[in-house]
Amino acid sequence: VTLAPARTSILPARITTPALRSYLRSVPSVDEVGAQERVAALSTRSIKRESKRAALDLIVSMMDLTTLEGKDTAGKVAQLSAKAIRPDPLDPSIPSVAAVCVYPAMVKYAVQATEGTNVKVASVATYFPSGLVETDLKVEEAARVVKQGADEVDMVIDRGAFLSGEYFKVFDEIRRVKHAVGDAQLKVILETGELLTLDNVRQASMLAMAAGADFIKTSTGKIQPAATLPVTLVMLEAIRDFQDATGVMVGMKPAGGIRTAKDAIRYLVVLNETLGEPWMTPDWFRYGASTLLNDVLMQIRWLETGRYQSLDYFTKD
Amino acid sequence: LTLSSEIATTTRASLKWDYAQSRESTDIVGIEDRYGLFINGEFVKPKSRRYFPTINPATEEALAEVAEAGEADVDLAVSAARHAYQEVWGPMPGATRAKYLYRMARMVQERSRELAVLETLDGGKPIKEARDVDLPLVAAHFFYYAGWADKLEYAFPGIKPKPLGVAGQVIPWNFPMLMLSWKVAPALAAGNTVVLKPAETTPLTALIFGEIATEAGLPPGVLNIITGAGATGASLVTQGDVDKVAFTGSTAVGKLIQQQLAGTSKKLTLELGGKAAQVIFDDAPLDQAVEGVINGIFFNQGHVCCAGSRLLVQENIHDRFVDKLKRRLATLRVGDPMDKNTDVGAINSRAQLEKINELVDSGLSGGAEMFQPDCVLPDRGFFFKPTLFTNVAQSHRIAQEEIFGPVLSILSFRTPEEAVEKANNTPYGLSAGVWTSKGSRILWMADQLKAGVVWANTYNKFDPSSPFGGYKESGFGREGGRHGLLAYLDTGEA
Repeated sequence: VTLAPARTSILPARITTPALRSYLRSVPSVDEVGAQERVAALSTRSIKRESKRAALDLIVSMMDLTTLEGKDTAGKVAQLSAKAIRPDPLDPSIPSVAAVCVYPAMVKYAVQATEGTNVKVASVATYFPSGLVETDLKVEEAARVVKQGADEVDMVIDRGAFLSGEYFKVFDEIRRVKHAVGDAQLKVILETGELLTLDNVRQASMLAMAAGADFIKTSTGKIQPAATLPVTLVMLEAIRDFQDATGVMVGMKPAGGIRTAKDAIRYLVVLNETLGEPWMTPDWFRYGASTLLNDVLMQIRWLETGRYQSLDYFTKD
Repeated sequence: LTLSSEIATTTRASLKWDYAQSRESTDIVGIEDRYGLFINGEFVKPKSRRYFPTINPATEEALAEVAEAGEADVDLAVSAARHAYQEVWGPMPGATRAKYLYRMARMVQERSRELAVLETLDGGKPIKEARDVDLPLVAAHFFYYAGWADKLEYAFPGIKPKPLGVAGQVIPWNFPMLMLSWKVAPALAAGNTVVLKPAETTPLTALIFGEIATEAGLPPGVLNIITGAGATGASLVTQGDVDKVAFTGSTAVGKLIQQQLAGTSKKLTLELGGKAAQVIFDDAPLDQAVEGVINGIFFNQGHVCCAGSRLLVQENIHDRFVDKLKRRLATLRVGDPMDKNTDVGAINSRAQLEKINELVDSGLSGGAEMFQPDCVLPDRGFFFKPTLFTNVAQSHRIAQEEIFGPVLSILSFRTPEEAVEKANNTPYGLSAGVWTSKGSRILWMADQLKAGVVWANTYNKFDPSSPFGGYKESGFGREGGRHGLLAYLDTGEA
């Protein structure tokens, strides 16, 4: 499998684990205290009035509305999809979310439920969340969900291989999955809660992007901590470095643990002040979330009416 | 087999997101039309009968009139301080002195929003900084030195320290309340009494602090606050009954004070200018280093004596690092200091703006290359765009003189030895920054750099327990920490 030349321009001709190791050695280190201070400073931004409303609408449109539970059913997915298409039945001005994100077995129901709308279907794959099976099985599963109609595939990296320095294995799996999903959008989950250091996060980001990731994503949501602001900042900085080196734009998806509109706005501020306007679109930034949507809808209602309404006024799907 | 092309296709429009104005309300602050001098526990009219206006540098509107203390007023303030020292504060047990300091610290916390707003109105710094940096540190300094007041005998083993008497203190306009706390808290904790002169352009928060002292029940005369310009400061430091002079400000004035005090028995500490180097090695955490450099030079519009105004970047990452800096510069929000989202506020005065302009012109005519982001400055008030200079030589004035504004001069180096040589090649020696992932190099650099403070992989970090002060023309004496007590104590050493 060959990647598009722009991506591989930063890699040596023969890709091996030692070659990838020296590529990752050139990635700038991260000072954890500095990263935390930067996001703390950005978190004091005061977002009011029309800029808040614009942000909340954008956040809705950037959401991958997610259900990833063992007890998911066709009915649950249909309900979630209805909410995704029309988040607030009383307010048609609120945009649809970007995608519904489901397990492979639920893809066919999600495809049915979103047919004819602009809501995409994203499926986790590669034996999410652990990903601990042979590469062939992962590739096969990724190809299968696309065949069933998924527009986007969220794969997990082999964290064990990454931490033990088997960079070629990680790289090759991403490359092969990317090939298998074809034109579907590939989001590569780093599971940053298992990588632990920000240096690892930055290196794994650079590895995933070189291997063909269309998006890099923080977490499965099954491991704590899931998305955090410092991790997101570091991944956005890696995206910026990657674009500088190759000209290729890569998207970002923080997932897990973002539950309030206030939190979501903080992520948007970090995005706005790190990558800026080109990324301020659902094409390049997503939130992976299951409970965030209603809090955002509540905030929009408050901006519109000046009143907070109880959660009973928002549908739970 | 090659995958699909990498042409970025955006199907949904991107949001150009500009934050709506979010102004801090000024309703909390009540400013009087005219302020007297705070002498012996009350506000009195100046014997000089002279007043001068203080303005908001962001709008050039007058805020209030402030008394200009003449020699007779200075004498009155010093004699009030002398009386309080002899009768009340000197003999008072340390634990009782601590009680007043703790009380004032708590009152600063209670009124911190009001003081932050006033600091921004009178001085032009962003409300975000006054609120999140200045005022929390002011309270922290009072709390910290309150703790020392009854433990002075344990501070220096084997020595029974005594207070010096009356301290005459002159502070600058860049951190009006914070510099007040750096001066007043250790002086009072050590048992001295104080006559303080705040800067001409930023007197208002110090006057409010006079109110706080009164409300805290601080005995009259222990703290006196006299306002005025350079002449008032000169009268204070040369007044015959002042035992100790502490000055923070320009090196030129510091030298003058040292000359005037030569041959007297007055004790002196000086905290003067700086031209700090930030040294970036190629193994540094680059994006955090960018933040550190931005914070180092644009914090408080660069009106910081320890501002990291010279950037030394290792040659092999110079271009990449400068690109990152330029991009970051473009996201700085310059303008109305009262807007909670403003990063860079107003230059403190017209005179300072002219000085910055003059030095920037000298950089341009010397052949350095200037970069400024594309930002719109307000029509009124004193503002200056965040500015970078590349292609700077050591001999340029912008690499040698303290600009005290949002202007960074960038030079490069090849080896650690060259970095040290360039960093130390300045008459100043207040602070420096080192950015590298290598711990041993941090220690080596800290050992080699002739600077009072060396920050590693961070910058502009302050804590009341950490001493601060300079080498060479950046002054002498330390403020903060146990060392800061020495400036206000007689330890019996010659």
